[in-house]
Amino acid sequence: MADIKNRPLLEVRDLRIEFPTRRGTLVAVDGVSFDIAEGEVLGVVGESGAGKSLTGASIIGLLEPPGRIASGQVILNGRRIDNLPYEEMRHVRGHDIGMVFQDPLTSLNPLYSVGRQLIETIQTHSDLSDQAARKRAIELLGEVGIPSPKVRIDQYPHQFSGGMRQRVVIALALCVNPRLIIADEPTTALDVSIQAQIITLLKRLCSEHGAAVMLITHDMGVIAETANRVAVMYAGRLAEIGPVDEVIKRAKHPYTDGLMGSIPKLSGATERLVQIEGSMPRLTEIPNGCAFNPRCPKVFARCMDERPDLTHVGRSEVACWLYDQQMERTGSDG
Amino acid sequence: MADAARATQVTGLDNAAPHLRVRDLAKYFDVSPPFITRALQGSGRSTLRAVDGIDFQIETGKTFSLVGESGCGKSTVARLVVGLYTPTKGQVEFDGVDIAGLTTRRAMEPVRRRMQMIFQDPYASLNPRWRVADIVAEPIRTHGLIDDNRAVLRRVGELLEQVRLSPQDGEKFPHEFSGGQRQRISIARALASNPEFLVCDEPTSALDVSVQAQILNLMKDLQRELGLTYLFISHDLAVVYHISDYVGVMYLGRLVEWAPAEEVFHNPQHPYTRMLLDAIPDLEMSGRPRQAVAGEVPSPIHPPSGCHFHPRCPLANDRCRAEVPKALPRTGGQVACHAVEENRLPARVQP
Amino acid sequence: MAVQVHPNEIVPSFGRRVVDSVHRFFDGDVFHSFRSSPVAMIAFAVTMLLFFLAAFAPWIAPHNTDDVSTLNLMNARLPPFGVTDDFGTEGVADFLLGTDDQGRDILSAIMFGLLVSLEVGFASVILAAVVGTVLGLISGYVGGKLDSVIMRIADVQLTFPAILIALLIDGIVAGLLPRALHEELKIYVLVLAIAASQWVNFARTVRGSTLVEKGKEYVQAAKVIGVHPALIMIRHVLPNVTGPVLVIGTLSLALAVLTEATLSFLGVGLPVTRPSLGTLIRIGQQYIFSGEWWMTIYPSLALVILVLAVNLLGDWLRDALNPKLR
Repeated sequence: MADIKNRPLLEVRDLRIEFPTRRGTLVAVDGVSFDIAEGEVLGVVGESGAGKSLTGASIIGLLEPPGRIASGQVILNGRRIDNLPYEEMRHVRGHDIGMVFQDPLTSLNPLYSVGRQLIETIQTHSDLSDQAARKRAIELLGEVGIPSPKVRIDQYPHQFSGGMRQRVVIALALCVNPRLIIADEPTTALDVSIQAQIITLLKRLCSEHGAAVMLITHDMGVIAETANRVAVMYAGRLAEIGPVDEVIKRAKHPYTDGLMGSIPKLSGATERLVQIEGSMPRLTEIPNGCAFNPRCPKVFARCMDERPDLTHVGRSEVACWLYDQQMERTGSDG
Repeated sequence: MADAARATQVTGLDNAAPHLRVRDLAKYFDVSPPFITRALQGSGRSTLRAVDGIDFQIETGKTFSLVGESGCGKSTVARLVVGLYTPTKGQVEFDGVDIAGLTTRRAMEPVRRRMQMIFQDPYASLNPRWRVADIVAEPIRTHGLIDDNRAVLRRVGELLEQVRLSPQDGEKFPHEFSGGQRQRISIARALASNPEFLVCDEPTSALDVSVQAQILNLMKDLQRELGLTYLFISHDLAVVYHISDYVGVMYLGRLVEWAPAEEVFHNPQHPYTRMLLDAIPDLEMSGRPRQAVAGEVPSPIHPPSGCHFHPRCPLANDRCRAEVPKALPRTGGQVACHAVEENRLPARVQP
Repeated sequence: MAVQVHPNEIVPSFGRRVVDSVHRFFDGDVFHSFRSSPVAMIAFAVTMLLFFLAAFAPWIAPHNTDDVSTLNLMNARLPPFGVTDDFGTEGVADFLLGTDDQGRDILSAIMFGLLVSLEVGFASVILAAVVGTVLGLISGYVGGKLDSVIMRIADVQLTFPAILIALLIDGIVAGLLPRALHEELKIYVLVLAIAASQWVNFARTVRGSTLVEKGKEYVQAAKVIGVHPALIMIRHVLPNVTGPVLVIGTLSLALAVLTEATLSFLGVGLPVTRPSLGTLIRIGQQYIFSGEWWMTIYPSLALVILVLAVNLLGDWLRDALNPKLR
């Protein structure tokens, strides 16, 4: 566990998110725990429906009803924030956590100029004068790589291209100097060449501002380029979490392993991709034991009825009985 | 014929006539504002040149992929080839017959049976009110391929098994299936009329990676089993590398380079192709050197003069700004770039 | 895995399909939304009660008000049961809601009037829905010049209120046909006039939905297969635009009943020999100042309840079928 004096910036403890429906309660996120250290980029990867976006939304307190945090804690800088009243949470959102969404068009108000949105956000959270706030907004636009920011600050979102809009959204997230930025699929709606630019930008800004990032994406490539550590989610649970090179090059969990094999690569044989049979279970049909057991090539009896917890394996933590067994075996051998 | 002979010589393809040949294909859309707006603003008509004169050919049993960023016109090419759009000019020759000239439904019918399409969005490409069996049977019933209804259903069962679903799935509705399963149903429907040629418009881009792998494997298996020819549209270079024999790279309505897949990926000539390859995230974390990617795709309504790529191209000169580059032969294919012609192309650091 | 399946098992028999769809309906979101909306359930119950009263009026009405020979002027202008009017006349149980100037039982007249009102309402809505849906489908699917022509006609149509159209058609028919025939045809004139004022709503909505569906890939897939455009419209697009048609149909029914009542009230509607709710209100309002309020209040109340219930049902249906609000 982390040093006591060097407490992580964000701690998520045993998070459980439920959706009450008329056919019973769906558990969308179940027992998820992880930390993000100061200045660290944590990639959260998983297929659609794995619960990664819900996890992000619950940290920033923007979970859409009827979804709710059923249990667990979210601790930012030693302070519990998952049970704050609305106004206080709004303050946390303004000061400590910034958010970058997938679709830059929907996170900007089309009726206001980009400058007005930036200046308003800056002034809500500081007592800068109009002049100073405008100056700060221009600086920010320049910082996120928008050419001639003095002219563009008075333009409207529709006058920006997709990539430029995402830069504006990032500038908006940065205006309060947040300690943590939650980026939910920030590059998914963009073309490949623009994606690369945004990734580079995010990386640069984090190191410059010392902000930590929770980068939610389905794209392993983006994670490989950007993140320090990566958490792999499957059916609302953490399958594996560890340093990015460890997880990508030496995947431990059979799901991560299959996932890595199923990504087409630009080198090597092009004959067949590794394929994981079946698809992720619907929330109504999550099996007992390990959620991956119906698709797992290495499944055995224990996976069917006991749910594995995260355990340390090498430099990663993995939720898989394979490693428990190995540990026991090596334990008895020695 | 002399034309064809030259083309064969140029491309270095010496085998028989291709299955599909596209010549000088173009589609312009009128995107002018309404008449009254134009009159008030004093503006003229404006045209979107979605596809602006492209040539390529596909041999039987091969996969030809078109790759490019959004707005480059690759999906328009797919729709032109299957006849969902009528070309502004140019020809689409299917086994030597120009199908772009066929205007009546009757004349198109034999082609319809032999050429089918797989769509991008598995949630929109199946009619939500129809049972899967009826969806898959639609081509059979439309063309009257099998008269007896029981035989039709038997064939539907076979088709569902062919795409690794069970015949009993026929009685369900599309909403009961996951995205990957729906895409299988879509493939089963496309195969129902025993086509030889499939146009695949981003068939995996709406799917998760692990499901994408299943669909790509299935498509490769089906190609081998049934001798299918694919025109594959995608924005994902890794997917394209995995599935293609030939790759064409499009930029703002033009085909800037096409060649065998190995050539395009390991010996790219056009600066745009090189830029696209550099932009792919480095999954293997090999730390390969990358050139910074600059600029954005300009508006296709007012594309840059000369070579459309010149504002983003590190090698652009005055000629690139003024003159549209012609397609020149390259190893196994063609490339349209003045820098290549003038030998100004720097050697590329191999990843 | 290679289970031998009898072809009949792949597509179930007609009977099983019906059972299936009934099951799916009661398991579905629409039914659930109905069960969890008390307003919708009450509105539905009231509507059904009124439909029942109207449909079985000839059998369950206490008096047959359709038959003039049964009327007795001795019973004219009786107050409702339990009420004593200004002249000291007491109401009797036989005429629960009182009688009118002809001695007609108000309760029975309301039941027969409801029937007439609903007949006209349903007929005009169905006519409008069929015409509007067909024109909207064609307009949206074919597009181009045909679309412009149909939509301009719709625009022009919208500028004429139903009353004006009714007066116009009524005038033409009156001029062309002998009086007796004219009276007989009045109900058709009314249906035509109300339908004419309502088809535009259907056409516009269906056109909008058709444009959305037309852009979806399943329609393009059908085109690539080579399905005839008419079949694409009927078999692919139509089933997917029925939701909005149902909603507008319900709301239009309320409006049609109201329009009919207005026209009848104004005297261009149905003749006194077959009184609708509107006609009853018109007859009754002449007596309201002489204290005989029941002749107009009860039919008005019936009209308000009917229109309100149908409208609430339509509102609920619109929300239930709109996936965005779910």
